[in-house]
Amino acid sequence: MPRRDDIRKIMLIGSGPIVIGQACEFDYSGTQACKALREEGYEVVLVNSNPATIMTDPNMADRTYIEPLRWDVVAEILRRERPDALLPTLGGQTGLNLAMDLHHQGVLEELGVEMIGARADVIAKAEQRELFKEAMERIGLEVCRGRTVRSLEDARRVADEIGLPCVVRPSFTLGGTGSSVAYNREEFDALVSRGLKESPVHEVLVEESIHGWKEFEMEVMRDADDNVVIICSIENFDPMGVHTGDSITVAPAQTLTDKEYQRMRDASLAVIREIGVETGGSNIQFAIDPRTGRMIVIEMNPRVSRSSALASKATGFPIAKIAAKLAVGYRLHELPNDITRETRACFEPTIDYVVTKIPRFAFEKFPEADATLTTQMKSVGETMAIGRTFKESFQKALRGLEVGSFGFGCDGKDLWGTPQQPSEEEIRAKLATPNAERVWYLRYALKSGMSVDQIYELTHIDPWFLDNLAELVEMEDRLRAAGSLDAVDDAQLREAKQFGFSDRQLATLFCTTEQEVRAERKRRGVVATFKAVDTCAAEFEAYTPYYYSTYEEEDETPAKQPGRRRIMILGGGPNRIGQGIEFDYCCCHASFALREMGIESVMVNSNPETVSTDYDTSDLLFFEPLTAEDVMNIYDRLQPDGVIVQFGGQTPLNLARALETHGVPILGTSVDTIEDAEDREKFQQLLRRVGLKQPANGIARTMAQARSEADKVGFPALVRPSFVLGGRAMEICYDTVQLERFVAEAFVVAQGQPVLIDRFLEDATEVDVDAVCDGQRVVVCGVMEHIEEAGVHSGDSACCIPPYSLPGPVVEEIKEATRRLAMQMGVRGLMNVQYAVKKEDGRFNVYVLEVNPRASRTVPFVAKATGLPLAKVAAKVMAGVSLAEQGIDRDPIPSHVSVKESVFPFSRFAGVDIVLGPEMRSTGEVMGISERFSIAFAKSQLAAGVVLPQEGTIFLSVARRGKPHVVELGRRLVAMGYRLVATEGTARALEEAGIAVSRVKKIQEGNPNMLDYLIDGRIQLIINTPSGKGARTDEGRIRAAAVAYGVPCITTMEAALAAVRAMEALREESTMHVQPVQDRFPKKTLAEAE
Amino acid sequence: MKRVAKLALEDGTVFTGMAFGADGEVDGEVCFNTSMTGYQEILTDPSYRGQIVTMTYPEIGNYGVNDEDVESPRPFLSGFVVREASRIASNFRAQQRLDEYLHRHGIVGLAGIDTRALVRRIRIHGAMKGVLSTQDTDERRLVEKAKASPGLIGRDLVREVVPQEPRTWDEPLSPWAHLSGDAPADANTIPPDQRPHIVALDFGMKWNIARHLFTSGARVTVVPGTMSADDVLRYEPDGVFLSNGPGDPEPLDYAIETIRRLVDRCPIFGICLGHQLLSLACGARSFKLKFGHRGANQPVMNLKTKRVEITSQNHGFAIDADSLPDVLEVTHINLNDETIEGVRHRELPVYSVQYHPEASAGPHDSEYLFGEFFRAVSQARQA
Repeated sequence: MPRRDDIRKIMLIGSGPIVIGQACEFDYSGTQACKALREEGYEVVLVNSNPATIMTDPNMADRTYIEPLRWDVVAEILRRERPDALLPTLGGQTGLNLAMDLHHQGVLEELGVEMIGARADVIAKAEQRELFKEAMERIGLEVCRGRTVRSLEDARRVADEIGLPCVVRPSFTLGGTGSSVAYNREEFDALVSRGLKESPVHEVLVEESIHGWKEFEMEVMRDADDNVVIICSIENFDPMGVHTGDSITVAPAQTLTDKEYQRMRDASLAVIREIGVETGGSNIQFAIDPRTGRMIVIEMNPRVSRSSALASKATGFPIAKIAAKLAVGYRLHELPNDITRETRACFEPTIDYVVTKIPRFAFEKFPEADATLTTQMKSVGETMAIGRTFKESFQKALRGLEVGSFGFGCDGKDLWGTPQQPSEEEIRAKLATPNAERVWYLRYALKSGMSVDQIYELTHIDPWFLDNLAELVEMEDRLRAAGSLDAVDDAQLREAKQFGFSDRQLATLFCTTEQEVRAERKRRGVVATFKAVDTCAAEFEAYTPYYYSTYEEEDETPAKQPGRRRIMILGGGPNRIGQGIEFDYCCCHASFALREMGIESVMVNSNPETVSTDYDTSDLLFFEPLTAEDVMNIYDRLQPDGVIVQFGGQTPLNLARALETHGVPILGTSVDTIEDAEDREKFQQLLRRVGLKQPANGIARTMAQARSEADKVGFPALVRPSFVLGGRAMEICYDTVQLERFVAEAFVVAQGQPVLIDRFLEDATEVDVDAVCDGQRVVVCGVMEHIEEAGVHSGDSACCIPPYSLPGPVVEEIKEATRRLAMQMGVRGLMNVQYAVKKEDGRFNVYVLEVNPRASRTVPFVAKATGLPLAKVAAKVMAGVSLAEQGIDRDPIPSHVSVKESVFPFSRFAGVDIVLGPEMRSTGEVMGISERFSIAFAKSQLAAGVVLPQEGTIFLSVARRGKPHVVELGRRLVAMGYRLVATEGTARALEEAGIAVSRVKKIQEGNPNMLDYLIDGRIQLIINTPSGKGARTDEGRIRAAAVAYGVPCITTMEAALAAVRAMEALREESTMHVQPVQDRFPKKTLAEAE
Repeated sequence: MKRVAKLALEDGTVFTGMAFGADGEVDGEVCFNTSMTGYQEILTDPSYRGQIVTMTYPEIGNYGVNDEDVESPRPFLSGFVVREASRIASNFRAQQRLDEYLHRHGIVGLAGIDTRALVRRIRIHGAMKGVLSTQDTDERRLVEKAKASPGLIGRDLVREVVPQEPRTWDEPLSPWAHLSGDAPADANTIPPDQRPHIVALDFGMKWNIARHLFTSGARVTVVPGTMSADDVLRYEPDGVFLSNGPGDPEPLDYAIETIRRLVDRCPIFGICLGHQLLSLACGARSFKLKFGHRGANQPVMNLKTKRVEITSQNHGFAIDADSLPDVLEVTHINLNDETIEGVRHRELPVYSVQYHPEASAGPHDSEYLFGEFFRAVSQARQA
């Protein structure tokens, strides 16, 4: 049956900000769904709060609402748009939960909106553990023993029945939040209490532990005729006990016989049928007892997921696109397989390579957090690699991780053979408890002579994987024994490359340089070949040019088309804090721009979550690690006319110099200019030339230099390593003791680069500017005033377009400064400048903090706030089309107020202090749009999950510096009817001003204290600006507790003042006014955006 | 010690890699299978007689070999080509490594070549004759041998794989073949003399077919595919099954004649070669596919239910749709190339499928066909 004609307009829900457990994969799936539905002629209404997504581009949906993902807000949108149907299965857990909220609130029924893909009862059956368990028992499948409970008492009873250790898992959370193993009574009680709190329905599951079992996932699709196919099987390298998002995973399954695989396939079909997912994709997880083959169903996601994004990239089968088409009535066999064209979507992809995904962690940002890997997801990103063998894909994935390793050891990060070489005891400890470093310790274990069996006993990683790692170590030892590159024959060199060894590793092994290894192997004809990802193992001809490198005989890359330019774009690699979806957005736009110009665009990236690695984003896609070697291999084969390094964040910039040295034409702003912007002295000269100020600063290569520079600069001083993104190891020091500690840390992070020391401007307003320059003209696309003061990392602070408090002349001065900088530097493309505006002696002084002649994290936000697609504009500039030729002759003037707010992963890292600082820790962002700043801010808070209370008690605790403001704050809160509580100092300040406040004890003053109030739910909002920092301080504990108990906590005075404005405004407006972005911009702006 | 092996194709292409399994020199038609699991079932499928089988999935041997997952007493194929042969066997049921198994059965293996390049060559240029050798390294000579090798067309390979003697089949499906919840009714509860009797003509039958027939509740006698119709009828069958088997159906006159004489005697069900022979017996013609269908992901539409089955397939020949006589109607088609995947006699309970409902290796979507056949046979017995 073809498409349904009884529906015309469909709403899609996005997944909101990037958080741990929900990243760009839902932009990828949502974008595919938008395209799939619109190409069928449906009108698509999209809601998502995340401006950094491609799906919220105004041309992706017909009506795009960048609004908070809350049922009441979405209900407003539904009332306004009256769609016929809601497709809830493409926006992650957030989309699913929101759809369920709308269902439970009766909104869908009231408005006659049909849920397509999966109905509410289906979602409930899949998501509620008891219902799921009953369903599985009905079809004769085993599940873990255990029960869902709603109280600690019941939980204890279950634990008595099944015994410890057992798993505690809250219902309806994303990424398995709060799911952990309890080994003793004390842990058990704590986990249950937290789980009950974190679950939106206050339920936790207590069940038997199956740690150490093999874990598998099946990606399943079903159509309305009950045709069911398996798209991909995935085997987890890390056994049960580590969240699949934190596990190394491999596709397809490697260690199942056909009998076992087919039994799992039968089970998958039975599950999707019993649960009743009518159409679309689902993910089903299984555990297998390695000793007996006993199979247990772990869970099912009745929606597209992180794993389905991985499966799509791993096989070439576009799960989200097909899911969207199935939801509107198509049958699988009615849809073509885009890749082969001649076959249908109704088949099971078969692959002729091995895919390895490795998660990327950010524990360095949260030193206080527990770095053990558990059933609660903690990773912030992932990289995927494709190789002809597991060995090759595994080593490629390790270097794609971009953590300074270039494979499985034998590189700069390798501790083996160094004074830091771990002892056998340390190795055993690191193997026994899963952790982010374990993969490296597997190698140390093999190097130390431990056998595969011994390692298996400690890790329960399947011996097949371990033996492959052993083969890598044996190869390493053979190469090392050969002594030099000359002593290695061609066959062995080729074999080493087929094992995935990088030139960097070979250089380390042979004590030579990467360049020498490369030159030598090219002399010997050992060069990379590229194979296509085609869903069918070459059984049919593939038309979709999606490639990976390997060292085989035949190369499949297409020849350059005569007369057509070919340009390569380097992506951003795995998501990490500081570099994520925003840069992928820029890369996608670069590709869109090139394709519009008729240029053949070539994307290189290693992040499976992204839109950039969708096979139809670019003309050619190379799924490869972003290292100089891998990029040069593609370059050698494709001979592009230019390479764009500006858009993928720090990753491609770090490669720019090496590429240019090899003669690769870098498009846009020159590599020299990019580097000069990071060079302190050259930057100072530049500022002098254009007549701009910067805070006093110095540069240090040694601790002694750092001390003397700090003396000159004065305290407080800001310390940071150069050439590092996301404010890694950036700290504000108030004295020499702090300085020395932070400088030492910065040197470690800087890896040989110098450390920068700046005077820190207290109480200054920070401003971010994004601009595009073509050499003749500069367009200042957006001036963003930060809400939080300078000192909070720009990626973590909220900001507003247009500036909400700075006087017009100051904004003009900033724009003019930006123009002068861009012209003087010779920028071709995007540029971001950070300023601090400080009121000194009655006048505003503008200081330049930093200039980055490249795409910034704020580019998509600016695009959404102004309607100007600046990334696309910049890409066209880089490809040679001037701003004038593009018809862009003036700075965009925003017609409304847009506030960006950051979203943090604190709930994943229990006990971490949430105070904002110069080191970036946010994972994502949301946007609030309104005519008024206060409402835009309120929306941004709501979208970020900070629910400002409408009544109740507010706890105030303000550092000395904030005392002048606290009185105003208190007065306005009391005027709105809130009750205030405060500790000694703040209470006194309020009382002196005649404001009613109750006193509460500090933690060390005994009970009942502030913490007790918090736990008892007597506090609805915390405003706590820090005087000290850290999880061990009294206030740090309060802030950490606020996260644990879900009480909003504001940690800066500026944000508190903005919040009060928002709370006041919310009293005036009973319902939140919603408007699609298409209505906010004149048609002309959007036409330019096309 | 690493040993070199070479695979030469009749078009002059030579692939050089590492030998595994046995030493020797073999010729055969070079084909590829796209199934990612089930190499043991593929190795022991007699239909591969005369062929050198290349696995498109690169990592083979990971879970070793066991005594249970076999489709015949031994591998019948000529040679086995993989990208990477696992040096360990990791599975709780594994009894030996793949390399050991091939060695024991005298099968020559080749590893470490660009199997995708080989597959693409076959896809583009069609199935080719080849020689796989660990003994002769002279590439020109190997190519000449490949050209001179007999190939499949017009050859009777069935005689090389048929069993010597009739036997009563009493092995049920493996406990791994089903979920615990939907295990079929235990056939042993019905006394053998009350069960319908199926005589299976074995042209190189995969044992999972017999296991299915037995588990569905029938009494099963497996007889050599060379048996005459009169001899078959002496077993008083309630139904006759026509098995899969190797190679070209056209030269198998004796089997076609046997089937022609059985068609109106009792319900008949054929699989793969059995399907081709049945069609030929009814007057259709076969043709050679460019490179065949071999894998576990082939979509087949049941034209009656409009449902799609993901099927296991292994055939290099197919029935020509234009040659189909009026007595046969098409019941199943392949969604990839729209070739015939199943036919049914318009008047008689006689039907067949080109694909492998017994799976092994492959998905279980089409198992219902055994149930249908059992019901047809049961009805025939009662009538």
